Amino acid sequence: MDNGSLFIDTFFKPELIVRYLPDILKGMAVTIEIAVLVVLAGISLGLALALVRSLRWRLVNIPIVVLVDVARALPPLVLVLIVYFGLPNVGILLPSYAVLWLVLSLLLAAFAEEIFWAGILSVRKGQWEAARSTGLTYSQTLLHVILPQAVRLTVPPLTNRTIAITKNTALGTVIGVPEILNQATTAESFSFNATPLMMGAIAYLVLFVPVVIAGRYIETRFAWRRT
Amino acid sequence: MDAILLQFFNIDIMVQAAPLIFRGLGMTLLVCAAVVPLGLAGGLMVALAGRAHSPGVRFVVALLIDVFRAVPPLVLLIFVHAGLPFAGLRLSPFTSVCLAFFLNNSAYYGEIYRAGLDSVGAGQREAARSTGLTAWQALAYVVIPQAVRNVLPDLVSNTVEVVKLTSLASVVALPEMLYSADMARSLTYNSSPIVLAAVVYLVLLWPVVRLISRLEHRVGG
Repeated sequence: MDNGSLFIDTFFKPELIVRYLPDILKGMAVTIEIAVLVVLAGISLGLALALVRSLRWRLVNIPIVVLVDVARALPPLVLVLIVYFGLPNVGILLPSYAVLWLVLSLLLAAFAEEIFWAGILSVRKGQWEAARSTGLTYSQTLLHVILPQAVRLTVPPLTNRTIAITKNTALGTVIGVPEILNQATTAESFSFNATPLMMGAIAYLVLFVPVVIAGRYIETRFAWRRT
Repeated sequence: MDAILLQFFNIDIMVQAAPLIFRGLGMTLLVCAAVVPLGLAGGLMVALAGRAHSPGVRFVVALLIDVFRAVPPLVLLIFVHAGLPFAGLRLSPFTSVCLAFFLNNSAYYGEIYRAGLDSVGAGQREAARSTGLTAWQALAYVVIPQAVRNVLPDLVSNTVEVVKLTSLASVVALPEMLYSADMARSLTYNSSPIVLAAVVYLVLLWPVVRLISRLEHRVGG
C-alpha cells in the first residue's frame, strides 16, 4: 500500500466515516445544546453579578470578587471532577451533562462579571452625574446611559472568553457526556482507527471556525470605539 | 454539613494524599516550564510570519491560527496522543502534551503578539532603520520590546490559561497534579484530594489573577 492510501485508511477511511457519521452528528447536537445553555446562563448571571456589584455594597461585593477570582484561578477540569465525583457522596445526584453545564456556566459568569464590571467602570463619572441630574433614577441611569456604553467595550473580550469556555464542552468526555469528543473516542476504540478522531476534530472546526471568524470581525468592528 | 466536610475537606485524607499531590505538582511545573516558553516562542514566530510579504504565507498562517483556535485543546491532545499512533507516530504522554499545547498556545500567543506588533507605529521601525539598524535589529531591539510591553497584561493572562490547561494532561495519564489527585480520589472514594489540588492551583494562580484584574481595571478606567 502506498503512503497516500495508508494516510486515507488511517484518518479518512470511507466506510468508517459512513458508519460513525450519525454518532458524530449526535455529538454535535449535544455540544451545541450545552454550549447554548452555557452562554445563556453564564452571560446573564455574569451581567446580574456585575449590576449587583455596581451598587457597591461591601458585604455582597467581597463574596462576588472571591467567587470570580476562584473561578478564574482554577482549571475547569478540576471543578468538573470535584462537582461530578463529590456531589453524589453528599446526596446530590446530577446527570453528567448537568454537571458540565453548571460548571461551565459558573465559569463563564465569573469571567463575564469581571468584563462587564470593567466596562461599567470605564464609563466616565460625568455620565453618571449628568444622567442623575436630569432626574433619572439610579437604575434608569444604569440601564439607559451606562450599560449601553459599557456593553460596547465588553463585546470583544466577552466574545473571546465565551468561545474559549464553550470549547470546554469537550471536557464533558471525561465524565461521559455524549458530546463530540466522547462519541469520537468511543468510535475510535471500537474501530481501532483514527478516522473517528479526525471526524471529531473536523466537527469542531465546522462548529467553531465560523465563531472564531465572527469573533475577529466583532473585535475589529468594535475596536474603534475603544480609543 | 458534616457530610460535606468529610467529603470535601477531610484533613486526614488530604494529609495522606499530600505527598502524591506534591509530586504531581512537580510534574505540573515541569510541563509549564516546557509549554510556556514553547508557546511564547511559537507565538512570536506565528505573529512575525503573519506579517510576511508573501500573501501565500500570510494566508497559511491565518488559516492555521483559526484552526488551532477552533479545536478545543483536549481534542488536539487526544488526537495527538491516541490518533497519531495509528499513523506510526507513538509519542510519550509528556511529548504529546508539549506538541498539542505548542500548537494551541502558539495560535493564542500569536494573536496577542499580533495586536502588540500592530500597536507599534510604523515610524518606530523607519526611525530605527534610518539610524543604520538592519531589519532584524530594528525588530529585535525596537519594535518587539515595545510590542511586548503594550500587550503584557494579555500575555500574563494567557499564561495563567496555559498553566490551567496543563491539568488536561491528566486525561492522557501524565502524572501531573490533577492526575495524582484523581488517583487519590479513586483510591479513597473521597473528593478531598482534588480539593487539595484546587487549593494548590489557587495558591499558585490567585496572586496572578489579582494582578491581572488590577491591570485590566487600570486600562479600563
